[in-house]
Amino acid sequence: MSQIFAQGLVCPLDKNNVDTDQIIPKQFLTSVSRDGFAQALFYDWRYLANEQPNPDFVLNEPAYKGASILLTRANFGCGSSREHAPWAIQQYGFNVVIAESFADIFFNNSINNGMLLISLSASNIEFLFSRCQQSTQEWKIDLAGQQIILGNNAAVGFQIDPDIKQRLLSGLDFIGASEQFEPHISGYEKQRATAQPWLG
Amino acid sequence: MAKTLYQKIYQSHVVAPVNGSTDLLFVDRHLIHEVTSPQAFAGLRQAGRTVRRPDLTYATMDHNVSTQLRSIDAAGETSRKQLEALATNCKEFNVPLLDLMHPDQGIVHVIGPELGLTQPGMIIVCGDSHTSTHGAFGAIAFGIGTSEVEHVLATQTLQQQVAKTLKVEVTGSLSPFVTPKDVIMAVIGQLGTAGGNGYVAEFCGSAIRGMSMEGRMTLCNMSIEMGAKAGLIAPDEVTFAYLKGKPHAPQAEHWDAAVQYWQSLFSDVDAVFDKTVTITAESIRPQVTWGTNPEQVIAVDQPIPSPESFSDLIKADAARRALTYMGIEAGQKLTDLKVDVVFIGSCTNSRIEDLRQAAAIVQGKQVASGVRALIVPGSGQVKRQAEAEGLADIFKASGFEWREPGCSMCLGMNDDRVEAGQRCASTSNRNFEGRQGRGSRTHLVSPAMAAAAAIAGRFVDISYVERTEGTFQ
Repeated sequence: MSQIFAQGLVCPLDKNNVDTDQIIPKQFLTSVSRDGFAQALFYDWRYLANEQPNPDFVLNEPAYKGASILLTRANFGCGSSREHAPWAIQQYGFNVVIAESFADIFFNNSINNGMLLISLSASNIEFLFSRCQQSTQEWKIDLAGQQIILGNNAAVGFQIDPDIKQRLLSGLDFIGASEQFEPHISGYEKQRATAQPWLG
Repeated sequence: MAKTLYQKIYQSHVVAPVNGSTDLLFVDRHLIHEVTSPQAFAGLRQAGRTVRRPDLTYATMDHNVSTQLRSIDAAGETSRKQLEALATNCKEFNVPLLDLMHPDQGIVHVIGPELGLTQPGMIIVCGDSHTSTHGAFGAIAFGIGTSEVEHVLATQTLQQQVAKTLKVEVTGSLSPFVTPKDVIMAVIGQLGTAGGNGYVAEFCGSAIRGMSMEGRMTLCNMSIEMGAKAGLIAPDEVTFAYLKGKPHAPQAEHWDAAVQYWQSLFSDVDAVFDKTVTITAESIRPQVTWGTNPEQVIAVDQPIPSPESFSDLIKADAARRALTYMGIEAGQKLTDLKVDVVFIGSCTNSRIEDLRQAAAIVQGKQVASGVRALIVPGSGQVKRQAEAEGLADIFKASGFEWREPGCSMCLGMNDDRVEAGQRCASTSNRNFEGRQGRGSRTHLVSPAMAAAAAIAGRFVDISYVERTEGTFQ
């Protein structure tokens, strides 16, 4: 049975090494809230110095208005650990990012917000970019079946860590899950205090 | 079975396996700051949770503080609110806070080691990617996001999977004026910004053994710039000597037992790493980044590369964009590039040895006309020591601005920014587009190279000048 995690318009961002300073610049990090970051996404690329939209940036092209799947290249999300980066991406409307690879901290931060990050081989990424060049794309993401449904019976399969898949499908509260180990944590603390009393 | 240092520390922190691939690990130290913690405390409050181990949690103010005035009002209205939120959260949850008025306040990755909070064998986390710094002590230290900050506050644990291991061996010894900063930039140049993704890097070899703790911190600090989850160095006598007597280091009654444990923290000789890289220290010359990510780096005497020199088409395209953004051309010499701003500071290079190296270069000389030069010490302790040693007077006499501790122009969250189109020689860790201010052009260098650029008004090959003229001694 197919279970559709997400579906929608694809926006191609044809760059390697998109760092979290580009995803959301520093001036938006002084907020104490988790919300309100959609406008800040890719700020320096999206807006000109006079704060008007930059017509040359892909997100501003009318064809990609309302996109919910972001396609990009290698090492997406490198740099700063700011979780404001996945917050901004998600609040803009992207719940799925497809790339050749992701930086580790960004990957974890995104999963912790219920986003799906899909890594594919360079050749598959190239194939998906070539489809985007031909026409605007609308895809469905079948998480249970681990495939990107491109339409017309075409699909690209993907690998995902089974724990992450389960968490995304069940929406598990990860703090709550760890709290189930309370007796283990208390036990570890006692043993640690005896064996290494200098640790505090 | 033979184990790497990383595997030994990881296994000693397993509270329980969560499932086949994930373990729950205990966290020994949780460092927090104003930018990545407010939403975590809000989450705790919303769920009715508390901070499980406030005694293992330490907070400071560093990212958005003013470096001109010691007042939370000096950094602007939204920053003031964020700093106040940290103070309120720490008070409510009993977390010790080194606020702006505290004499030991400073950059989180400078003060942790300085206070002895960072120790071998620990797992240390912080909502900041440069937490890898603490790996210099033989600890597993890595940056986390705000959801994970909340998780650690609530449970003092994190769910983790075992990372792959990367061995970076640096043999031989460093040439004069080649610093740990140059070593790590050369390593990143070789491995690339994603070369360490999924790995924990262990640095070893005679050149690493020969480094001070501060040098090792600089090295581990930038492990994240090649994508590594963490960087670490096995502790040795240099580590133990650094820690002895530090306020939070093991006190007399536990010292010997602690050292005995720390001496067991090394990779077994027959331990197998997933990947190994060997670099000869003598091959490394002073490094300067020319592009917009840390792998776009060359030795100061190399010409700026042409995009066509990259066989990878995507890298060639990235080089083309970087040259345009940086306002430079292939084939140009770095030593012909004028700088507008010089920044010496950040969690990478703001410690006392960094300032001594910079002072040795600038002593008796003047900052070039038209160059704005800043020195931002990493902590209150560094600042006081630099003033006591006369370094601050040297900097001020040379025309540098001498500031209060904070992250400052590394990321420009406060008002220390590089203007659009300006070129900055910076001792920080990231040369991303806009990192130091929209349109800013950052070249990463060592403190000695930054100091020399401030005096000359352009990049200088300090090792060449030293060899031929003996000027920089």
